[in-house]
Amino acid sequence: MTEHSNQLEPTAIGAPRGKSAWAPYALTITGAAAFALIYRGLKPAADWLTYDLMRFAPKTHLGEAVNFFLYDTAKIFLLLVTVIYGVTLIRQSFSPQRVRRALGGKREGIGNVMAAGLGVVTPFCSCSACPLFIGFVESGIPLGVTFSFLISSPLVNEVALVMLLGMFGLKVAGLYVSAGMVTAILGGLAIGRMKLEKQVERFGVAPEDIEEERVPFRQRSREAWDHTKGLLRKVGPWVAVGIAVGAAIHGYVPVDLVARWAGKQNPWAVPVAVVIALPLYSNAAGMVPIAQALYAKGMAMGTVLAFFMAVVGLSTPEFIILKQVIKPKLLAVFAGILTAIFILFGYLFNAIL
Amino acid sequence: MKIEVLGSGCKKCHALEEQTRAALAELGVEAEVEHVTDMRRIMGYGVLSTPALVIDGKVKCAGRLPAADELKKWLQA
Repeated sequence: MTEHSNQLEPTAIGAPRGKSAWAPYALTITGAAAFALIYRGLKPAADWLTYDLMRFAPKTHLGEAVNFFLYDTAKIFLLLVTVIYGVTLIRQSFSPQRVRRALGGKREGIGNVMAAGLGVVTPFCSCSACPLFIGFVESGIPLGVTFSFLISSPLVNEVALVMLLGMFGLKVAGLYVSAGMVTAILGGLAIGRMKLEKQVERFGVAPEDIEEERVPFRQRSREAWDHTKGLLRKVGPWVAVGIAVGAAIHGYVPVDLVARWAGKQNPWAVPVAVVIALPLYSNAAGMVPIAQALYAKGMAMGTVLAFFMAVVGLSTPEFIILKQVIKPKLLAVFAGILTAIFILFGYLFNAIL
Repeated sequence: MKIEVLGSGCKKCHALEEQTRAALAELGVEAEVEHVTDMRRIMGYGVLSTPALVIDGKVKCAGRLPAADELKKWLQA
């Protein structure tokens, strides 16, 4: 691999240095102020639209469903834009290359914890799963540590976080992040114990370190904005559909029906929810409003969380891609361990919440 | 000039290929553009995330879509 240069050439695009130095702070402060102002105005605006402009009668099924739909759509999209943009800006400082360097030479245990943490802030799109996975393993990072990263990166992601924050609040979103990290640590440790290294295709490529240049802020903010727009375009329709279905459930589905089937007293609710969630990957963003409506109608919180973790954490497309480099036995172990952990978390949260 | 777009064929990789071709056409630069999907070759460049752009054997960027002017600068050099 000596022919390829390891050094990316520096570029000099963007604003002059002096000008771009204060840009991040100015943008953050203006953004936060605008966010707070708009956020506070959402509820009165939704009320005014529903009950004054469109003249729906308050305290009726239809009126409340319409009001819920308007308020929640506006709130979620505002949160999505703000958080995705902010998270993308921060995430640009964490590349898979840097993660690999940070994890190099780390033992299992501490390595799993670090990998799970770094996974939260380091994005990779599912089509990068192969080079990432092989690149980690071939550079000597233990299999279990690699899996910790592979589990936590998609499981704890900004869209899931925003949706939970907007629809369930800070406590549930926090629980989700902690549960996601614990899943990544435990799952990686378990896979590491099982000595499945032979289940990985060997490519024998020498790991290379590519140095990445610092991209000026103006360009990074533009990239973050493009990314935000692209992501919104992708998840937006699902969110809108999810909120509409959620609004219908809020308005029309009777409480005791949901509570009887998905409440705490049905011991089958958690595993059934996790199994239903397995093939639902692309609809993750749209699932939260529906889950929130079901929760409001009596579905147990642990069941809701287990369901959501399974939607986000086990994705069919990623499995199909990983099949190129991981043998079926290890893939099955990977899916089995995650399913088991999600079900356990479901029961645990149902017991303590 | 030989340009390789590395990526297993997701939306972003196609976007990078299109943007590269568009930039080449705009600049009037002749170049051979190849979309590499073979995992072994992708990893041979030491790339951990796709899409990645390789110009004459040099990795220019990985895991992101470069801005149009950044792309043009590499293609003109």
